[in-house]
Amino acid sequence: MASNAVLASEEAHTANEHASAIEANAESHGHATEQGEEKEAFNPAEVIMHHIADSHGWHLFDWNDHPVSIPLPVILYTNNGLVVFSSAEFHHDQEGTHVVEAGGQRFVNVHEKIYYASEEANEHGVYAHMDHETHEVSNESPWDISITKNVAALLFAALVILLIFLPAARSYKKNPNSAPRGLAGFVEPLVVFVRDDIAKNNIGHHYKRFVPLLLTIFFFIWINNLLGLVPFFPGGANVTGNIAVTMVLAIIAFVVTNVNGNKHYWGHIFWMPGLPVAVKPLLAIVEFIGIFTKPFSLMIRLFANITAGHIIVLSLVSLVFIFETVWISPASVLLTLFISILELLVAALQAYIFTLLTALYIGAAMHEEHH
Amino acid sequence: MTGSIAALGAGLAVIGVGIGIGLIGGHAMEAIARQPEHTGKIQTNMIIAAALVEGAGLFGIVVALLGN
Amino acid sequence: MGIVTPGFGLIFWTTLTFFILLFLLAKFAWKPILKAVQDREEAIDSALEAAKAAKAEMASLQTNNEQLLKEAREEREQILKEARALRDKTIADAKTAASEEAAKVLDAARAQIHNEKMAAMTEVKNQVAQLAIDMSERILRAELKDAAAQKAMVDRAMEDVKMN
Repeated sequence: MASNAVLASEEAHTANEHASAIEANAESHGHATEQGEEKEAFNPAEVIMHHIADSHGWHLFDWNDHPVSIPLPVILYTNNGLVVFSSAEFHHDQEGTHVVEAGGQRFVNVHEKIYYASEEANEHGVYAHMDHETHEVSNESPWDISITKNVAALLFAALVILLIFLPAARSYKKNPNSAPRGLAGFVEPLVVFVRDDIAKNNIGHHYKRFVPLLLTIFFFIWINNLLGLVPFFPGGANVTGNIAVTMVLAIIAFVVTNVNGNKHYWGHIFWMPGLPVAVKPLLAIVEFIGIFTKPFSLMIRLFANITAGHIIVLSLVSLVFIFETVWISPASVLLTLFISILELLVAALQAYIFTLLTALYIGAAMHEEHH
Repeated sequence: MTGSIAALGAGLAVIGVGIGIGLIGGHAMEAIARQPEHTGKIQTNMIIAAALVEGAGLFGIVVALLGN
Repeated sequence: MGIVTPGFGLIFWTTLTFFILLFLLAKFAWKPILKAVQDREEAIDSALEAAKAAKAEMASLQTNNEQLLKEAREEREQILKEARALRDKTIADAKTAASEEAAKVLDAARAQIHNEKMAAMTEVKNQVAQLAIDMSERILRAELKDAAAQKAMVDRAMEDVKMN
């Protein structure tokens, strides 16, 4: 597969040169002409944004200026049903210059979003209709449920989680009522921590029902965070730093919280007791917005923290290319090491905070009146 | 150039959040020093309060990203 | 910007993955792990409870033993005290008996001495009286050895009668 990708990248390189012509950033271009025609200026913002965003192929490294990546399946739900093809067919094109024909339809990849290709290429060779000012593509796009880099990383993380916890659970079955050994010994304190310090302390009486959910959320976020810190395949994908992932988690928290809300919870939202009647509707509005801002902040917090971590690490690595000297690398490596260690902490902390706040919201929704 | 102004806004938001979380952390430390037996409870509340403050800052950053 | 607009595909796959993961883990991981942990906690709790009970029993046994020891010591003390009292009493009794006997012996001796003395005195008195009678007989014989002397004597006695 990989060798196939290398061969494919030969053609892709020519496509990339095309692509550079339509690069939005005019400034970097001006820079490039100053430094030399054949060498493109290094644009850290672009590289970083590319790395933290999702993509249809899993880019591993560049070999002799050719990108080497693992092709992933592109799955599209189009007007004519499901269409599946390999992401290698785009030949690393992300500018919409390469049209893929599949299932009797034509597709282009513009900045990792797949559109139905236009009949004719525009003046930049792009088979899509682009706005001149905003560079927004106005073509129709199919429902894209491809196994992208993030999806692949997500599935890998799920596999890792299963490979950690299922054997651990089996070891409990094998020798019950003995001290936990091996994997179980590693897993148990964490499980007990989530159960006691997160679930029991914050939900209260009926906490047992939510422990499996909270455990899954905690380990899902944590393992994904950690795999995101691994700088090479199959880690390094910015899964928990993708807003779609955090959105799903936040929606789950939102649904669980509000489904379990008792009448005190709703009473406190829509008709806060112990306040003058005039204030009540006003507060109801605020509280009602609060229902949504809580999971929204969950979503944004995880996304921003993890993305920020990736951006910082990549920025520090980029220092070498920005200064164009290898002598900056010790500083770059040391700072990256420091930030990576910090990110290890953040990975656990964000998983903890997400789970803790979810438990807290559930607990607040199920809180019994004690006045 | 809207991007740079948005980034400025994000920076301003982060100042407030930094002060807020700094105060929370500092006071939590004092509280822990005063009553070490309640460390767990103080830490939980500290994280909750910090998370709420941070949430406000994150909205600023998101607005900055959206405006970028 | 792309990074703050959630992509449909990733939402789809995340939801799917998360719920499959939740199902699998809840059924095959969390349930056995949590159950095992809880069972162990209960086992530990009951073991601790049992240990506590055993300790309490030990303590009660200890106090029991101490009680017994104390009682035994008190009993011994009592017995010793009684023995001491008995001994003292015996000694005292013996002493009084001895002194009474001595007094009795002394009294008897004294009475005998008195009797002896009285007997001796009577003897002496009898002898003195005998002696006096003998003396007076001899004197009388010496004085009344002839008729004239007897006559003088009767005369003197007659004179005395007249004077009365």
